[in-house]
Amino acid sequence: MTYKELSEKFIDDAGVSIGDTVFIEKDDVSYEGIILDRSNDALDEFIVIKLDSGYNIGINIKDAKIKLVEKGDKPKIGYDNVEIEHDPNKMDISIISTGGTVSSIIDYKTGAVHPAFTAGDLLRANPELLDIANYDVKALYNILSENMKPEYWVKAAESIADDINNGCDGVVVAHGTDTMHYTSAALSFMMETPVPIVITGAQRSSDRPSTDAFINLFNSVGAAKSDIAEVTVCMHDSLNDNICSLHKGTKVRKMHTSRRDTFRSIDCEPIAELKHGNIISTNLPYIKRNEKELKLNTNLEPKTALIKSYPGITSELIDYHIDKGFKGLLIEGTGLGHVPENLIQSLNRAYDEGIAVVMTSQCLYGRVNMNVYSTGRELINAHVISGQDMTPETAYVKLSWALGQSENLNDVENIMTTNIAGELSHSSSVKYFLN
Amino acid sequence: MSRDWKKLGLKMGLEVHQQLDTESKLFCPCPTELRDDNYDEEIKRILRPTQSELGQIDRAAYQESMQKQRFNYESYNTHTCLVETDDEPPHALNKEALDISLTIASLLNMKVVDEFHTMRKQVIDGSNTSGFQRTGLLATDGYLDTPYGEVKIETLGLEEDAARRVDSEGPYTEFRLDRLGIPLAEITTDPSVHNPDAMQHVAYMIGQVLRSTKVKRGLGTIRQDVNISIAEGARVEIKGVQDLELMPEIVEREVTRQLKLIEIRNQLKERNAEVIDEIYDIDEVFNDTGSKILKSAKSIKAIILKGFDGLIGLEVQPGRRFGTELSGYAKKRGVHGLFHTDELPAYGISQEEVNKLKEYLKVEPKDAIIIVAEKPEVATSALEEVIRRSKMAFDGVVEETRKCLEDGNTEYMRPLATANRMYLETDIPLFQISKEHVNEIANNLPELPDEKKARIIKEYSLSEDLANQLVRTQEADMFEEILKQVKVESTPVASVLAYDLKELRRDNHNINNITFDKLVDMFKLLKDNKISKDALNKLLISISDNPNKNVEKLAEENNLTLLSEEDVHKIIENIVSKNETMISERQMGAMGPLMGMSMKQLKGKADGSIVNKIVREEIQKRL
Repeated sequence: MTYKELSEKFIDDAGVSIGDTVFIEKDDVSYEGIILDRSNDALDEFIVIKLDSGYNIGINIKDAKIKLVEKGDKPKIGYDNVEIEHDPNKMDISIISTGGTVSSIIDYKTGAVHPAFTAGDLLRANPELLDIANYDVKALYNILSENMKPEYWVKAAESIADDINNGCDGVVVAHGTDTMHYTSAALSFMMETPVPIVITGAQRSSDRPSTDAFINLFNSVGAAKSDIAEVTVCMHDSLNDNICSLHKGTKVRKMHTSRRDTFRSIDCEPIAELKHGNIISTNLPYIKRNEKELKLNTNLEPKTALIKSYPGITSELIDYHIDKGFKGLLIEGTGLGHVPENLIQSLNRAYDEGIAVVMTSQCLYGRVNMNVYSTGRELINAHVISGQDMTPETAYVKLSWALGQSENLNDVENIMTTNIAGELSHSSSVKYFLN
Repeated sequence: MSRDWKKLGLKMGLEVHQQLDTESKLFCPCPTELRDDNYDEEIKRILRPTQSELGQIDRAAYQESMQKQRFNYESYNTHTCLVETDDEPPHALNKEALDISLTIASLLNMKVVDEFHTMRKQVIDGSNTSGFQRTGLLATDGYLDTPYGEVKIETLGLEEDAARRVDSEGPYTEFRLDRLGIPLAEITTDPSVHNPDAMQHVAYMIGQVLRSTKVKRGLGTIRQDVNISIAEGARVEIKGVQDLELMPEIVEREVTRQLKLIEIRNQLKERNAEVIDEIYDIDEVFNDTGSKILKSAKSIKAIILKGFDGLIGLEVQPGRRFGTELSGYAKKRGVHGLFHTDELPAYGISQEEVNKLKEYLKVEPKDAIIIVAEKPEVATSALEEVIRRSKMAFDGVVEETRKCLEDGNTEYMRPLATANRMYLETDIPLFQISKEHVNEIANNLPELPDEKKARIIKEYSLSEDLANQLVRTQEADMFEEILKQVKVESTPVASVLAYDLKELRRDNHNINNITFDKLVDMFKLLKDNKISKDALNKLLISISDNPNKNVEKLAEENNLTLLSEEDVHKIIENIVSKNETMISERQMGAMGPLMGMSMKQLKGKADGSIVNKIVREEIQKRL
């Protein structure tokens, strides 16, 4: 029961509960309908009923009388079971659900879209998927992606590795979109894989007819069956429901709060485009299926922070992180990779205390170059490592991983400036901007 | 033909959808105007049906999904936004739309809900990019007094209008997003109307109530749906009745249809008829056919309706047969139509082929055969629908949503929507409506059109016709406002607003240039006797053509200003002195001819009554 205090008492006193048909009478009007749950964050003193017409209304319980008409069951959401038969002619794809909009449905507890599906539900809601592959489905978590934590990346990597060891031909990870690009970067650094690992999600929840979940999922399975054995993100390519882009896990970023084509490759093109579950074009070289063996390296340093520079930023922000024992600071600087000069001293202190500091740019596009202006040169003198053309998010994840590999700052710098998973490129093409 | 409606148990209810004239849309800041200019972007989408709150897929939504339609949405860069394309969550509920709706609720004596919940009503025919229409129940339990008795107003909903379908070719159904999201008030009556004339009148009266509030005018801004059933029939919803005059005809034809379907049911039962569940491949029967349709078809399939012979060709509405009902269902699965044995031989199919077909399928004379020629999967799917619909014939009338055609006939659209189409729109907070706010609106209600008409007739001594016209064209407020500013005779003001402006528009003058201020200036000239009533029309044209010029200047330039009384006097004196002989001969009898001469010279330059006065004085001086 999510009714609070007054309304809870009102319902309890009448001996009715959610799912019951009731008759409610006020001085000038009466209603008959089924009592529904009410969102936790909504006002007390109202109860929600669904009328015969299908409309919900909220009734203020003040001066209202309620009586039971008929007992009923609490409405439940669920799909019928589908029989999944193994077809030896189809590839075996593993689907791992972590929650998010792609696998969410309305939750009457909060009144909001909430992750509540199991991976099996996902398949039942999208039965066409069964035409193109065999599936092993499991729900790893059921969280919104803003609640994702680095230790969940580790669990996801281990779970994927299990599936690959068990012989699956490709993995699809259903994920909330907010932090999908952090997860894709993390998996990229933590894993070497002989099969495709495709992360996908939805910007419009799967409880609505216009959801982008189906096309994203269908094409993700297509990508998971393909020859592209990398960690990738597969999402809508445009506002149209036809083509999906397959982005490199380390070069992708969520660029819009709500559009379905929110994910964009930054400083490069998507690896491929897919339509109806088939690859229709490829743009970049990629690691092919079985070219690499499965390797797992999930060590991460949790004491890594991401700090954005801004006019007026003070050195206490840096000092705070040093004092709190952080091991790595990823800075999202301005322009070519700058912070105000009043931070330099604290950054020197950070180096002295063995903390790795890496510079990226809040411009997102383009590469860091600290040689051009005097502040930049001072940052170099303070041993700030260039994040080159990595996005701040990818560089943050990489720094956490690099610190997981070694505590030696030289090693860390070495890792940060070496291309591990396609995150660094040395040449900047004229065509990769705002596309 | 007049029927005994009571005996038939005719029950009708009305559903009126009225666009509100708000600044912005219900859930986004876009303007509420339709556009004819070229769109900027085209977006391709598909829709899938989903589960509703109660865990059942709605049958209407499911039906539509079976057609697997693809949609094209025409969008604008500045007049539609990401909310319409379903790429941004809806913004907060439009308060202006809510207040207009509360006004309507109050005028219809309704009880407003304590808390408004926006719902998602699944509509996957593509007319909503999201796959649902946002709608909420605002008030219930009202009434309207009509000459036919009290009609209960069951519900008032506030919802968003759907996207506008535009003509297109190709595999995509094309919609324009300009109309999507315009606020709509939806008013439903209970099924307490029992004869067609009353139905028309109730619709008219609801329209009058709506027009007293801030609603849109013009074609397509108000749409009526009628629910009709007779005692032995079933509820059928007829959508899109635009012309109220057609209402009695629509009712008449729907009752005919229901009676015919009942007759067919009775016959079927009497004949022990039966629908055979099998779909037969009959390509080989038509190997050498002369029918172009059958020859070019990828496959020809058929079903057998045992005992249906003669009934499929039976007319259920003028020009529409029971076969048309069946084909209405088949068409929803992507075929252009079907053939049935009641209409054969025809369409290039010979009697010989019909005989061969009957032999091939081993049917008896009382049996009927339905044929569909299309791609195999489409033909099968269509015939499955025909089988389903044919089985329903044993129940008589089927609950359906039907589309109103121009002649008053109706065509199958989809099964009646069920409550399962509704679930909560979780992107929009619940909205509490305080009793104080409802009372405040109830205390400031607009005048209903009939009240307004009666009042202005009395207050301004207008003719019934002029008052009627002013109220109908929504110019009454402007009329009163002008008279508040200029104490001038009311009739010319009324007639300019009710008739002259419209004529000017018809003649392609830009009447937008005739602003309120310009009208006031013009009527000031009239009041000050600087122009005559006869000059008004010419002056209006001149104002509309010269938006930057001052009204008095325009009157002068066009030679429409009246002469001063002094000048008039001089001219008349001159005329009279030249005719002194006539005066001495005819005395006051010279009044007529002298008046005529004066008016001829002063036409449009002096008021007739003044001319009359001066001529009289001048004659009297000389007697």
